[in-house]
Amino acid sequence: MGYFGELFVMAMTAIFIQNFVLSRFLGLCPYLGVSKKLDSALGMGMAVIFVMTLASAITFLINKYLLLQFGLMYLQTIAFILTIAALVQFVEMVIQKNAPALYKSLGVFLPLITTNCAVLGVAIINTTAFRSDGITPYNFLDSTLNGFFSGVGFTFVLLAMAGIRQRLEKVDLPKSMRGMPIALVLAGIMALAFYGFMGFKI
Amino acid sequence: MSFIKELSKGIIKDNPTFVLVLGMCPTLAVTTSVVNALGMGLAATFVLICSNIIISLIKNITPSKIRIPVYIVVIAAFVSIVDMVMSAYLPALHKSLGLFIPLIVVNCIILGRAEAFASKNNVFLSIADAIGMGLGFTLSLSVVATIREILGAGTWLGMRVVASNYDPMLIAILAPGAFITLGFLMALMNMLKEKK
Repeated sequence: MGYFGELFVMAMTAIFIQNFVLSRFLGLCPYLGVSKKLDSALGMGMAVIFVMTLASAITFLINKYLLLQFGLMYLQTIAFILTIAALVQFVEMVIQKNAPALYKSLGVFLPLITTNCAVLGVAIINTTAFRSDGITPYNFLDSTLNGFFSGVGFTFVLLAMAGIRQRLEKVDLPKSMRGMPIALVLAGIMALAFYGFMGFKI
Repeated sequence: MSFIKELSKGIIKDNPTFVLVLGMCPTLAVTTSVVNALGMGLAATFVLICSNIIISLIKNITPSKIRIPVYIVVIAAFVSIVDMVMSAYLPALHKSLGLFIPLIVVNCIILGRAEAFASKNNVFLSIADAIGMGLGFTLSLSVVATIREILGAGTWLGMRVVASNYDPMLIAILAPGAFITLGFLMALMNMLKEKK
């Protein structure tokens, strides 16, 4: 299988088969919190894709050339979360300075991403992930792309959820089911639908 | 007494999972069995108590501009300790909780309590708050896990509790079951609150 085949497998796995939100349970706070309106969901999704791609790239380098090199693996959690926090802050400042229009749409979501477990999750998953042959560990490009595809998977279900919840506003629900409870039940049904992808052999 | 008040509020009135809706990821991910839920809840409680103590002690010397990174480092240090101790003494539990042990760092409950309580109150009250919130979190995890384990596997804490001809509802311990169980539990909480 060529490298493009490998990429296809990686993309399908990250987006559908092992979706970050619905099957790995990562990034649920923004998934439930920012899915009330379609445009804010889109903003959040874009910010997450951006940060996850960058974070995957940088944490891969830190893991390989700093932690593994000097036998500091026990510092992995601290090193990764600090990197992500610094990265998010840095991205926020750069965007604010150079692209005010983008900052206006993404700005409010960036600070929230530091505590989005999907970002730290993908960084940790990348360090132990293998290609589809089961023996080759992820290299720099694999890790970065895995971060990107995972972000796309997150955005995909976030947008789907926001679309459903916007229509749900007009539905006459029992009072106790409104808001979070119905969102969770909906997420459950979506997760059930995503189980349909599990059987795919690629 | 205020110690008791701070301790008890986390368990029911300000329950982190059902009322504040924080820390959703571990709530849904590790509640496939009661053992996992207890392990996760107690690990988070330990980190919460330790980080609340330290953050409350250093609150006067922490510059407010960099307080969030400082809190994260304190929390991450304790999470690493839990991670290593658990992998040494409870390897089976460590394996089944997996990724969610390092992810305690980004559990919003812990950072939330650091920011909202420990950075403003003394050590004594911060400990009470941490114990209360930790127990509240453990309790809600156990409630969700109890429902899912009984429906999905027919066991509780590994012991068989339903008749042997019960066919387990596998969906309850799969991902969709987690969402649906929590959704209906929250609706139940809302209903009870309205009745009051």
